[in-house]
Amino acid sequence: MKIYHNPQRKQLMSVIWEIQRKKRCVSHDDITKIAKLFDLSRMEVEGVVTFYHFFHRQHAGNFTIYLNDSIVGKHAGMEEIKKVFEKELGIKTGHVTEDKMFGLFETSCIGLSDMEPACLINFKPFVNLTPEKVRYIIRALRDGSKVSEIYDVPKSKIRYTPGERTVFFNGYERYSALKYLEKQPGDLIDLIKLSKLSGRGGAYFPTGLKWEFARKNKADKKYLVCNADEGEPGTFKDRVLIQEKPELLIEGMILAGYAIGASEGYIYLRGEYMYLKDNLEKVIGNYRDKGYLGENIAGKNFNFDIQVHMGAGAYVCGEETALIHSMEGKRGEPGTKEYFPVEKGFLGKPTVVNNVETLCAVTKILDMGVENWLKLGTEKTPGTKIFSVSGDCKNPGIYEIEWGMKVNELLELAGADNPGYILHNGYAGECLNPLDFERPISGEGVVPANVSVKNPGDYKQKMSGIGVKSGGAFMIFNSGRSILEIIKNVQQFFVNESCGVCVPCRVGNFLLNIKLNKILNENTTKKDLEELIHWSKIIKSNSRCGLGITSSNALMDTYNKFPGVFEKLVSGNNHQNGKLDLKKATREYEKIITEIYSDYE
Amino acid sequence: MNNIVSISIDGKEIKALKGENLVNVARDNGFHIPTLCYFKKLFPLATCRICTVNINGKNTTACTTKVDDGMEVKVNTDELLENRKAIIEMLFAEGNHFCPSCEKSGNCEMQNLGYIMGITHTRYPHLYREKPVDFTPHRMLMNSNRCILCKRCVEEIKTKDGKRVFSFVKRGNRTTVQIDYNEERKLTDNEAIHAMQICPVGAILVKGVSEGKPFGERKYDFLNKAIRPKLKRKKFELKEGEKFVVGTTSLAGCFGCHMSLLDIDEELLDMIEIVEFNKSPLTDIKRFSKRCHVGLIEGGCANEENVHVLRYFRENCDVLIAFGECAIMGGIPAMRNFVPLKETLEEAYLNGVTTVLGADVIPASEDIPKLLDKVYPINEVVDVDYYIPGCPPNAQHIWKVVKSILLNEEIPISHEEFKYD
Ligand SMILES: Cc1cc2nc3c(=O)[nH]c(=O)nc-3n(C[C@H](O)[C@H](O)[C@H](O)COP(=O)(O)O)c2cc1C
Ligand code: SF4
Ligand code: SF4
Ligand code: SF4
Repeated sequence: MKIYHNPQRKQLMSVIWEIQRKKRCVSHDDITKIAKLFDLSRMEVEGVVTFYHFFHRQHAGNFTIYLNDSIVGKHAGMEEIKKVFEKELGIKTGHVTEDKMFGLFETSCIGLSDMEPACLINFKPFVNLTPEKVRYIIRALRDGSKVSEIYDVPKSKIRYTPGERTVFFNGYERYSALKYLEKQPGDLIDLIKLSKLSGRGGAYFPTGLKWEFARKNKADKKYLVCNADEGEPGTFKDRVLIQEKPELLIEGMILAGYAIGASEGYIYLRGEYMYLKDNLEKVIGNYRDKGYLGENIAGKNFNFDIQVHMGAGAYVCGEETALIHSMEGKRGEPGTKEYFPVEKGFLGKPTVVNNVETLCAVTKILDMGVENWLKLGTEKTPGTKIFSVSGDCKNPGIYEIEWGMKVNELLELAGADNPGYILHNGYAGECLNPLDFERPISGEGVVPANVSVKNPGDYKQKMSGIGVKSGGAFMIFNSGRSILEIIKNVQQFFVNESCGVCVPCRVGNFLLNIKLNKILNENTTKKDLEELIHWSKIIKSNSRCGLGITSSNALMDTYNKFPGVFEKLVSGNNHQNGKLDLKKATREYEKIITEIYSDYE
Repeated sequence: MNNIVSISIDGKEIKALKGENLVNVARDNGFHIPTLCYFKKLFPLATCRICTVNINGKNTTACTTKVDDGMEVKVNTDELLENRKAIIEMLFAEGNHFCPSCEKSGNCEMQNLGYIMGITHTRYPHLYREKPVDFTPHRMLMNSNRCILCKRCVEEIKTKDGKRVFSFVKRGNRTTVQIDYNEERKLTDNEAIHAMQICPVGAILVKGVSEGKPFGERKYDFLNKAIRPKLKRKKFELKEGEKFVVGTTSLAGCFGCHMSLLDIDEELLDMIEIVEFNKSPLTDIKRFSKRCHVGLIEGGCANEENVHVLRYFRENCDVLIAFGECAIMGGIPAMRNFVPLKETLEEAYLNGVTTVLGADVIPASEDIPKLLDKVYPINEVVDVDYYIPGCPPNAQHIWKVVKSILLNEEIPISHEEFKYD
């Protein structure tokens, strides 16, 4: 373990990580020691450790295995894979073998949706699992193989790029965009504003404007953070960009840092992508060696360096204010929204948080020239966009498409033969009905959320020109799939990932999930459905951060666009006396009494 | 003077200092925005979300909003009022709030908001999740059954050297507040009492210190605000010479509610003029001989017989009323919901201090009704039309509700009559 002198709070997570990786758990005594080191109360450190999924208070096994529990993994056969793991290891999921050799856990989407079923073992990926492969892995590990010897380096599957109109995935000569460091920061911001680039993390906030706010706010220090938390189920484009095009990211960060006047840059990399860290740091090192990071960059009075901060398993930490708290060594709870990060962000200083793809786009836009970028795509959304396509299709993987492509065309490219339901923005977005397939993928036309399909013809006509915008996840499900199973997985995800700080999301999503399970398993009345929707709206309109605001999008949209799905569950029995299943409620008592009386004999 | 800005609240034009906190601006101008976690102007916590208002078409919390020119604020739309109620109801469903046995009752900010909003029950299923009560700290105890995770204690209570005494631990719906035992020892007596007082509910208690004030003298006993219950009234037509028919029963309750029912003294005589009782412990009529206009149910459902009786009432009564905490949320009997059923039975018949030495039989026979897996509030078994809270409910409250249903009149319930304890 490194010796830390007077450590700063922002190093807290990396210290915890170090202990977790070395000892496979963070014990009571460890927490006491960490608290002492950082001069914090013990319980506060306990609060940080227990917030993150990948920090364990109990030994998590020398080989800590995380299975992806997203619906795409399930459809690809994860249930069977899980059973094989359980059988081979002799433990149930959520447990550790007696000899502490293996720990088996489930976790939210690990960003490998194009290679499911997949898992992480000691944070190294294993993809396209089959029962044989699982048996082989366990045998090899038992026989002394190292994880690093047998894991799969995920091969990027770039399935489609729009020929010579490609932006991200074509040639790029290193450092060439950095000539823009010759310009004044304000001019650089103007160029980005001109390009109409907007945030690719999903919120689509205009990037140039965000930079301008940060530039204008006076402070002795400013920060730039790259959001590489990529937690949205079904998204994996940032992984591929970091693997294939790290130079675009680093140069985008240097340019952004220069434009806003930042002196430090951070890449918040999700724990699930630990295997990308070494190479990323190597590339950063190269830039440092070349003098593009460090002091007096490009002969200017511009000092800037980049470091990688590891997340530890929390979807909510992708939310920018939660991400900042996490970097500060705190629980990853979103802020109160009293200030924007560009006003008071990391350590209270103006901070710009940008998505990986946004920063990569910056490099390419400058390199190709804004005027060329504006020739691509549509009026409001120029350029191209990277989609992570997964689910029921022949060619899951990465698609760089020009904005304006029709949903149908993307489906065709992906080789989806019978698509019936699409989650076009991961779990937090809305869903698409086949009636939406002729709509363009773009930011054109306002998208009125939750339009219901009453009359299919009218709906189709009304929506035909209206764009479909997305953060990049495109999960395809065949007509034969149970939509309810998908929705159940989505709602469970939000229950697992809510940070718990605000009431509507913490309690509301939990109660909503109970209601959903009741609807799926018991006598359902029309009133149950009305409550399901009403409760969803309450969560949506009162939650603190985007997680709670979007957690019921897919559910409500499904209700509106696929009316039959829920309605067919209504058993018509609106009987005011039919609420309790008496047989079920007395079953436990009967069992106890039978057991006792057979014991007496 | 350009620090003065104009905003509108629910259509009223208001001048205010730019940057002032919206909750305060509203309050100074006669608009009450309810708050629960809001505590210090400088440090909005924004955890409870009940101060959510609509500003220029977008929902935001008032406690985090600084007023600015041209803001159009909506505070009391139907939807916002409904949302606030729902959030308080979520908290009642999430925690285990047995107000009749709570030290904070009468001084509790959440309970008071329940009164102000006229909340009689929660629309959500009670979760009855077992939560820790931590007696270990030197001076305090922490009852997580009542903690609403408002974060006041976390942010406010620190030792002299700046360390936190309370922290959030775990995340999502498993989050709890935990006390750091070492740091807690460093607090002075007054600081400990301060912690108890800033807790809006009865989660933080200081050993040996009680806020103990008698009924009527507690912080929120009188607010001079009448509650107008929303009753689904049907117009009942009576034939010449007929009286209204009322049935009552006590399920898993203590008969306290029935005692309270009789507590209107001589008014009882007026009542008897217009009401006759059918099936009820008061008349000892076992089977309904007529259809009832109103059925009053005391107690929740603990066993299958309770369920049968309750359903029998539902079938024979036009309007069904849950009266008393046990019928509404399970009450004291529901405290067994945290203990596995087998352990409950063993405690009752074999191991408890009141059983005889050597007791070795848990009785079972066809004549003994089967226990349910947990105690259910009656609205989780049948549809309920109205709820009268209290333990026991105030007699006036009961009769005002019954009268207003039978006579189709609106009768306001005063704050003193509307209680959860
Ligand atoms: C619950 C939640 C999760 C998020 N996850 C991510 C994420 O994984 N990656 C990301 O770039 N943005 C994510 N965001 C959006 C960020 O808050 C923020 O808007 C974004 O990083 C800004 O960068 P951009 O403007 O370049 O898109 C998330 C937002 C929410 C509410
Ligand atoms: S909405 Fe959910 S995730 Fe966001 S702050 Fe509230 S509890 Fe946390
Ligand atoms: S008085 Fe307040 S804290 Fe106590 S049980 Fe009632 S609502 Fe909960
Ligand atoms: S203990 Fe009290 S003050 Fe602390 S978070 Fe819970 S309810 Fe709030």
